[in-house]
Amino acid sequence: MGILVYAEHDNAALNPATLNVVAAAKAIGGDITVLVAGEGCGAVAEAAAKVDGVSKVLCADNAAYGHQLAENIAELVAEVGKDYSHVLASATTTGKNFMPRVAALLDVEQVSDIIGVESADTFKRPIYAGNAIATVQNSDSIKVITVRGTAFDAVPAEGGSASVEACDVAKDLGKSSFVGEELAKSDRPDLAAADIVISGGRGMQNGDNFEILYKVADKLGAAVGASRAAVDAGFVPNDMQVGQTGKIVAPQLYIAVGISGAIQHLAGMKDSKVIVAINKDEEAPIFGVADYGLVADLFDAVPELEKQI
Amino acid sequence: MKVLVPIKRVVDYNVKVRVKADNSGVDLANVKMAMNPFCEIAVEEAVRLKEKGVVTEIIAVTVGSKAAQEQLRTAMALGADRSILVETDQEDVQPLAVAKVLKALVEKESPDLVILGKQAIDGDNSQTGQMLAALTGMPQGTFASEVVVADGKVNVTREVDGGLQTVALDLPAVVTTDLRLNEPRYASLPNIMKAKKKPLETVAPGDLGVDLASSTKTLKVEPPAERQAGIKVASVEELVDKLKNEAKVI
Repeated sequence: MGILVYAEHDNAALNPATLNVVAAAKAIGGDITVLVAGEGCGAVAEAAAKVDGVSKVLCADNAAYGHQLAENIAELVAEVGKDYSHVLASATTTGKNFMPRVAALLDVEQVSDIIGVESADTFKRPIYAGNAIATVQNSDSIKVITVRGTAFDAVPAEGGSASVEACDVAKDLGKSSFVGEELAKSDRPDLAAADIVISGGRGMQNGDNFEILYKVADKLGAAVGASRAAVDAGFVPNDMQVGQTGKIVAPQLYIAVGISGAIQHLAGMKDSKVIVAINKDEEAPIFGVADYGLVADLFDAVPELEKQI
Repeated sequence: MKVLVPIKRVVDYNVKVRVKADNSGVDLANVKMAMNPFCEIAVEEAVRLKEKGVVTEIIAVTVGSKAAQEQLRTAMALGADRSILVETDQEDVQPLAVAKVLKALVEKESPDLVILGKQAIDGDNSQTGQMLAALTGMPQGTFASEVVVADGKVNVTREVDGGLQTVALDLPAVVTTDLRLNEPRYASLPNIMKAKKKPLETVAPGDLGVDLASSTKTLKVEPPAERQAGIKVASVEELVDKLKNEAKVI
């Protein structure tokens, strides 16, 4: 028995979220195998083989897996996963999509979004949008688990020398097909992986004003996020949303600009190492979690910040 | 075509929940309950498909206590035609068991589409729809922001981490709703009155051949670590100084 980690990638590069999942696997303890499923994903398998702590990589290179369709991926992971004690994937939209399907195919329950490993069968996970933390014990023979990446420090991407084996399990349910995608193009780092995140809220007033955040972000090498209020107001697209219903981030530095600090938003960023809040309302709840609060008009403070960094 | 809409009764999203002093769970006594927000979006989407003439019948279903009838009545006030309560007093029924109940109902009702919320805001599991899809061999469109039914297929635009992805699914299919799919309506008073007369059937999980026993045990529930408020700085200059020299993060 051992632990199977599902690698997240875009057929070209390994998504760094996988490094956090490997860290969770290490915390559980056992031999770690990484499964890379995709189309033309050989380079990803090579990268996965170098990840610290990985002993084997299985590469399932098949057109049916190219777009990570949940129907086909779940059949594959359930088939491969039956020989393991644990099957882990990142709690990203990819992992959340196919993993419950894997669990159902194996007739086991899933433990979602773990933030801590107590033992091989006992885990901590947030419930009620992080307003409570549950410790749960699962007695299924195979533990199917999704991992909240921000809760585990990534293992080094280099240092391992695992073998790569081809996995010829071909599964195509034939009931779904990929039509297209619109992925946000950005030269800035990915929100979930960035060391610094600067987010704007309703106080930004409109989408054009986010430009002042982009300028600061580019100087700091930061990613730009937004509160749900800013997304709902149509300032910026939803993939920038940080919060309970958006992305969960935990960077070294989180700068909240014009964000009041609704519970919904705090659930997505309160595990950041250092939090800065810039808001003209000194009563805003965001100041209750901020390490450094600046009560100021953001349209004065942010350009000034850009000048001084 | 027929649509099945599974819903859940949960703590109202405006309530700030408190952990019980004995760490056995979250205190649900005298707390306002409501339909899970993602489920409201699912009901709304089904109703809109009916208004477009795509759907002919909407069946709302829930697994829960007698009190969950209230949420089924709400679903019927919003436009569901009838509903089914799979009644149990067991708290914290796990998604796999719910999916097995729903599978039995899918076999009985043969819906062309199952629309449900992407997650319930109590357990935050985000599993039930995908598990139902696996158990019934249906394709799935999770985290939907747009649903288009045409030519025996459903095209679902999904909210994924990097943006949007569109998939085409054969019917029958399972769709789980994300926040931007639609904005649910409020039930009108006449519709609330009418909903009281719509059929609400009650069945036991055992009647459907499903055992709700769970392999996951909650050992304890604790409040999250509180974050302490820090200091207020007087100027951008002071802020930059603190970030560079105290926090050392830039």
